[in-house]
Amino acid sequence: MTLVESYQQPETKARSARSDSVLLDVDNLHVHFETTRGMVRAVEGLSFDVKRGEIVAIVGESGSGKSVSALSIMRLLPKMTGRIPHGRITFDGRNLLELSDEEMREIRGRHISMIFQEPMTSLNPILTIGLQITEPLQIHLGMTHEQAHERAIELLGLVGIPDPARRLEQYPHQFSGGMRQRVMIAIGLACNPKLIIADEPTTALDVTIQAQILELMKDLSRRLNIALIIITHNLGVVARYADRVIVMYAARLVEEGVAENVFHKPRHPYSMGLLRSVPRLDRPRGAKLETIEGLPPNLAIMMSGCRFAPRCPFKIEKCAEEPALLRTDLGGLSRCHRHEEIAAGKLAWTGGGGGGEVSAARKTTPLLSVRDLAKHFEVRSGLRGSGGTVRAVQDVSFDIYPGETLGLVGESGCGKTTVGRLILKLEQPSAGEIRFAGTDITKASAAEMKALRRKIQVIFQDPYSSLNPRMTVGEIIGEPLHVYKLAAGKREQHARVQELLQQVGLRPEMAARYPHQLSGGQRQRVGIARALAMEPSFIVCDEAVSALDVSIQGQIINLLEDLQRRLGLAYLFIAHDLAVVRHISMRVVVMYFGRVMEVADRDTIYAEPLHPYTKVLLDAAPVPDPTIEKGREPRLIKGELPSHLAPPSGCVFNTRCPLASEECRQIVPPLREIKPGHAVACIKV
Amino acid sequence: MTMVSPDAAFRPRQPRHPVIEFARAQPTGMAGLAFIVILFVAGVFADFVAPYDPLTLDYGAMLAPPSWEHWMGTDAFGRDVFSRIIYGARTALAVGFLASLFGSGIGAAIGVVSAYFGGRIDMAIERFMDILLSFPIIVLALAVVAVLGKFPVGGLDLNLIVAIAIPMIPKVARVVRSAALAIRGLPYIDAARAAGYHHSRIIFRHIAPNVVAPFLIMFTAFIAQAILLEASLSFLGLGVTEPTPAWGLMLSGTSQEFYSQAPWMILFPGVAISLAVFAFNLFGDALRDYLDPRFKV
Repeated sequence: MTLVESYQQPETKARSARSDSVLLDVDNLHVHFETTRGMVRAVEGLSFDVKRGEIVAIVGESGSGKSVSALSIMRLLPKMTGRIPHGRITFDGRNLLELSDEEMREIRGRHISMIFQEPMTSLNPILTIGLQITEPLQIHLGMTHEQAHERAIELLGLVGIPDPARRLEQYPHQFSGGMRQRVMIAIGLACNPKLIIADEPTTALDVTIQAQILELMKDLSRRLNIALIIITHNLGVVARYADRVIVMYAARLVEEGVAENVFHKPRHPYSMGLLRSVPRLDRPRGAKLETIEGLPPNLAIMMSGCRFAPRCPFKIEKCAEEPALLRTDLGGLSRCHRHEEIAAGKLAWTGGGGGGEVSAARKTTPLLSVRDLAKHFEVRSGLRGSGGTVRAVQDVSFDIYPGETLGLVGESGCGKTTVGRLILKLEQPSAGEIRFAGTDITKASAAEMKALRRKIQVIFQDPYSSLNPRMTVGEIIGEPLHVYKLAAGKREQHARVQELLQQVGLRPEMAARYPHQLSGGQRQRVGIARALAMEPSFIVCDEAVSALDVSIQGQIINLLEDLQRRLGLAYLFIAHDLAVVRHISMRVVVMYFGRVMEVADRDTIYAEPLHPYTKVLLDAAPVPDPTIEKGREPRLIKGELPSHLAPPSGCVFNTRCPLASEECRQIVPPLREIKPGHAVACIKV
Repeated sequence: MTMVSPDAAFRPRQPRHPVIEFARAQPTGMAGLAFIVILFVAGVFADFVAPYDPLTLDYGAMLAPPSWEHWMGTDAFGRDVFSRIIYGARTALAVGFLASLFGSGIGAAIGVVSAYFGGRIDMAIERFMDILLSFPIIVLALAVVAVLGKFPVGGLDLNLIVAIAIPMIPKVARVVRSAALAIRGLPYIDAARAAGYHHSRIIFRHIAPNVVAPFLIMFTAFIAQAILLEASLSFLGLGVTEPTPAWGLMLSGTSQEFYSQAPWMILFPGVAISLAVFAFNLFGDALRDYLDPRFKV
């Protein structure tokens, strides 16, 4: 198939009839990148439109081309390497790709604005918020300083920032992450744009804040009739807010349709698989996550046939031919030869199978026992050292039994990661004790600790920085074997490394590779193999799957569960994703602002949460089901995390709690056992 | 876009000689290396390469311009400039390499240790480095030379090398410390600590290899600086002394009187210093890229 032919897609003609309400029309867009590894076709033949006031979601995993598409619309591709060899992007009747740079600048910010993922770095730290909001108003709309100032106050009010006149004089560091994202939205709204492109707008935010921001964006879009393109990997986000969903895989659009249809009746195997591989809060917990096996293809290599075929369970001979984008029975589009059979219900993913409930040997003696743990950090400001104490962790107690997984959930800054670091003795606690198999880690001698180290291991969140880039995979996994003399001689060590690699689902040849030559999921597997090399009985998993793509995340969770079953490991699973924690944990600890709010069995905590914070947290988490999501009333939690330097008196949650009374500001609620195994720190329960 | 398909990831690499691989990957670095090798060979085999004895005075050919007899002319004493540059390469390389190795080696070790242990140790080391840095380089070197005196070994004054190396230590320590601090905060160091490895293993196996890049840049840049500093000290009568041929020395002394009549007297040693510095820098940058596994496809 030559390139020229590939540009001629049948769907191009099918779209010729377009109505006046179409605001943005992307037609057969191709984007190429020149890299040292050859030309990467990042987007191939993407066509879609966005109507005025419509919310369209583009869903896909990293490398699927979703962000690149957005940057192409804004004409913000890197000049040196990015190229659009073919395609047309019509916005409000003008082809954006033919505009001069000058004309394009006029459109950017004025008619189309973009909101990026990182609110921490998208604002200039040395300029006031006011200056950054008024700048586009003065440039694009020619407002005077006074007019712009007035409009800025109005905008901050619109995005729900209290006391806007005073806030305008402040700098970005004086705003929290959620507030900064509101400021970004205010800047995006400044010139009354017709279209806002939001690239992962809430990925860096906590669940409760995420809900506030999305609700705000949806509300503004409806009120001001602004079209919205949300680019995300989070299917739950999409379910609640999108009118239409576009699914991308390996540079191509694979399915498009109304949100309800894509979620309930997907017509492409990839969408079907993706929806099944997410752990969900709204469904009974399956024994094993169903995953899409394998990895997405390398876009630098020219491919023929269906891109998803190597991972597709319904592959037939015809899949060696490139499938066209075909109209489905539901009026959407699917790039699958067998979409009619899918529609007829003839094809269904078979369950992961084999799993079965992890039978925990409970109520023996705990393997790890944490009592009244506290960690305070001294913060000094200025040379004189007049500062305060940040109580990152306060009065935390819990037990973990052999072979059990304890989930530790909470938002960022709640102290969950610090608890993990204290258990690993990467930090010294300020108070309390941590008993592991009878020995108090906090008081253990160097010799005792050395023996304990082997039994307690860790898996980190970021698979990119948790492996030493200068060591090969074999050296990384072999190092603990060598240091602890777990293998006699080089030969045995080599054999053991091979065995460990196979245990985590990697090929033995991988030992010779360097970490940068592996994908994120593969690196995470190496991290797991390194932990296993020590033959531990307990592993701290600190956000171990949150940096991974949905389909890869499922594979890693299954691997962890599988290893637990075979090796009898106990896990402390630290995460912010409630659905993932529900899937993997047997008991769950909910933390807020350094304190334990609630402890219960998994099923109890998700079915009958007692603490108001747990309820709010569960309520804020979106589930990938548009019917449920769109049907439910937004019960938003108000406010933000309090400052660690000025902690609230009494119950730490009283500033945001819907039940808070005067009493709550007086008493620090102790963790009380309401039922056996279910403890809550709230006086109202 | 960092996807690696399983098939692409397993294409076996053909083993080639590392020098050939280096030349293919880093042609400019190879050019630098070639020049360094030429200097090295010229320095070692100076007795065979140089057309004249660098010490022989020839009052019949004082301040002679470049000619077939004297390719780079002669100096105020009629000594052949070309021969003196070749013998000078010996001094330059020996002093430059040893001083830089000593200075950046100790500096890097201090920097990594300081960053790894942090707290009071870091504080104490840093303040001491601040004190060293507060002296002008030349003053510090002068003080060291004055205190230690001379300690010649095989025609080279070892104390001169120490004097040149000491001012480098705080600079290298600073740069390496900041690089090591960044590395220290990464999860793979936490993983190594969680595995209970000994401090020395974490420092040498996990931190040191990852600060090699700034170290190599400092190391190669300081070879050049050492050559220049050696010239300055020689000029002040505390370094290499006449009549030993040394590039820096050739720039001072009588050449300052006669450079308007005989510009070749300072032109060629100056070019030699510049080219040597350039070659070391080219090679240093290329070596840094070459040693980083992330630059390999």
